[in-house]
Amino acid sequence: MIYEVFRQERKGQALQHAGSVEAPDDHFADVYAREQYGRRGESTALWVVPRDAVIEIDEFVDELNRNYHRVDGYPLKQKLKEARERAGTAAPAGDR
Amino acid sequence: MNEQEQQLLLEIADDELILGWRDSEWTGIAPLLEEDVAFSSIAQNEIGHARALYELVARERGTTADELAFDRAPSEYRCARIAELRLLDWEKTIARHYLYEEADARRLEQLKASDDPDVAGLAAKIDREEAYHRMHAQMWFDRLKDEARFTAAVDELRPLLDAGRDDHTQELDELWEEMTVVRRSQPAGTTW
Repeated sequence: MIYEVFRQERKGQALQHAGSVEAPDDHFADVYAREQYGRRGESTALWVVPRDAVIEIDEFVDELNRNYHRVDGYPLKQKLKEARERAGTAAPAGDR
Repeated sequence: MNEQEQQLLLEIADDELILGWRDSEWTGIAPLLEEDVAFSSIAQNEIGHARALYELVARERGTTADELAFDRAPSEYRCARIAELRLLDWEKTIARHYLYEEADARRLEQLKASDDPDVAGLAAKIDREEAYHRMHAQMWFDRLKDEARFTAAVDELRPLLDAGRDDHTQELDELWEEMTVVRRSQPAGTTW
């Protein structure tokens, strides 16, 4: 069975995916994960998770292209440029 | 450090070197790839412990760890019988690992209480790594403890813990031949 291993480098930091170990059960996964990701002082904590327990999502449907819902904001600059071109006005100097 | 203490450290160092060497024979052929990595790492730790112990004795005797490790005759080694055997069955290797770690833990507890701060300090350092070895041995013990082939191996090997350190088997001679072949290929005192 494959287990995914997440490690925390310093207290307070987010755990990050470190890699995986293959082990016949949880006990072996515990020992192998310590061996490979913990015993040389490189981690303050590990999460060891059976890969099957991870809900993987890698398809993101956005058929109507409603990217203005995204947290990275609404890309205004390109639209503004196009609008200015249609109107025949140049952008203010500072905006170029 | 008196002669008796040096002898004890040499016994432990020889155990760790020879067992580390034997364990390393599983590199690339362990039953699980992950185990290959883990067991090879244990083998390497043991040889590292041997080096540190040899260095303490070498300082007392005005020699070097390399000379103690490689330039003695097979008959001069003080390793226990259980460490030197070539065990090609995984269950026997794990049985030895389990028995050895148990005995090694008791020995390290004594060393940690040594009056010599260098010895006690090194024992404490070694023990921090051995904790992982014990965890690993226990994991395998729990998995195999109900398997007849494993319990038979434990019963067979346990008496070897007390088999003495004066006589060695042919298997140590063979190991020594391989272990020292490169070093013996050049005259003594060669700079490597």
